[in-house]
Amino acid sequence: MTLEEIRSRLEAFVPGCHAEIVVNGSPSAQNSLLIDRRHGLQTAMYLRDHPELQLDFCSNVTAVDWPDREETETIKTRKIVDGVEKEVEETKKTTIPGYLEVVYHLFSIAKKEGPVVLRMHTANRTDDVTLQSLTPVWRSAEFQEREAFDLFGIVFEGHPDLRRILMWEGFTDHPMRKDYVPPPDDDLELLAVSKPGA
Amino acid sequence: MDQDLKTELSKHGIFATSFEELYNWGRKNSVWPLTFGLACCAIEMIATTMARYDLARFGAEVFRPSPRQADLMIVSGTVTKKMAPQVVRLYNQMPEPKYVIAMGACAISGGPFRDGYNVLKGIDRYIPVDVHIPGCPPRPEALIHAFMTLQDKISAQHLTGESRPRHLKQDLPSEFPVPEFGEHGLEPQQNDEVFRNPLKVLQG
Repeated sequence: MTLEEIRSRLEAFVPGCHAEIVVNGSPSAQNSLLIDRRHGLQTAMYLRDHPELQLDFCSNVTAVDWPDREETETIKTRKIVDGVEKEVEETKKTTIPGYLEVVYHLFSIAKKEGPVVLRMHTANRTDDVTLQSLTPVWRSAEFQEREAFDLFGIVFEGHPDLRRILMWEGFTDHPMRKDYVPPPDDDLELLAVSKPGA
Repeated sequence: MDQDLKTELSKHGIFATSFEELYNWGRKNSVWPLTFGLACCAIEMIATTMARYDLARFGAEVFRPSPRQADLMIVSGTVTKKMAPQVVRLYNQMPEPKYVIAMGACAISGGPFRDGYNVLKGIDRYIPVDVHIPGCPPRPEALIHAFMTLQDKISAQHLTGESRPRHLKQDLPSEFPVPEFGEHGLEPQQNDEVFRNPLKVLQG
């Protein structure tokens, strides 16, 4: 089944689900499916249990941090300046809010097919970072979702044991986020050479 | 005792030595390392002990599975911040006199992983290191060289006087504080009693 077929089936059979194809422009052309965050669990159940798909194996869970970014547009407009009509360039800045993305790679061992790549976005990257856990569907996602929780700070709702897995309890940062900075005096040697005469 | 006189005596079949020399000779030829490896450098350390490089020639073939029986800790590999407290604790559990070889780029400075949020930038931040060996990983010959350097260091130690080593000075510590897991990293970030802080070195 092609990705487009999977997408239209999802929209038809999972009520309320919105799925879109994210095109990968590289030679591998490994396109992926972006699922809206409220239907992650239902979608996963459908993909695993559908007799033609049988995506029974989740090989990989990872995450991507998309920080806020700024886009500048230059618009040419005609304006009257000192009584003369002139063409003026205006730059308009828009901030596109960032989000955290989680990526699942699914295979079908029964059908010998795959991978089908699923993506989901959080609402933002500050206070609403919750996504549905797919561990109840694929047990293999358990530790990798913990890793995404630990390093990116994505909260998986419905995860049986959501604790940090690599960093220790009591650590408060999420080091794989783009805006993570280590403590300033972590690298004393670098500090010593970058401060001449200190 | 005068070196020339000793050589002269030995020509006549008389062997003269001092207690200190005899004692250090015994110590330097029975340094038992701790069975302890952290990463790829450990594989090289294991190779050093096997038949081809044969660390047993130097009396260090008995890797001890308990820190209580070990004299030497070879920090072989990347020390992650999560592992650092355990490394310091193992060091504390070793009886004096004890020595440390920091083996490889990671153990001496963090190496290629230095910029990682999870990597300790050199084990000398928490425990005193006797010999540093660079390399990624150092070849077995380099570890043997480090071991011979340590042997030279041991045989040069005086048992009395102000220059006597740490384990013979009652007031100096043989245990060092174990760092704790903090909110952003290890606390404290280094032990200033042991670590040569580059900022303070620059300030003079």
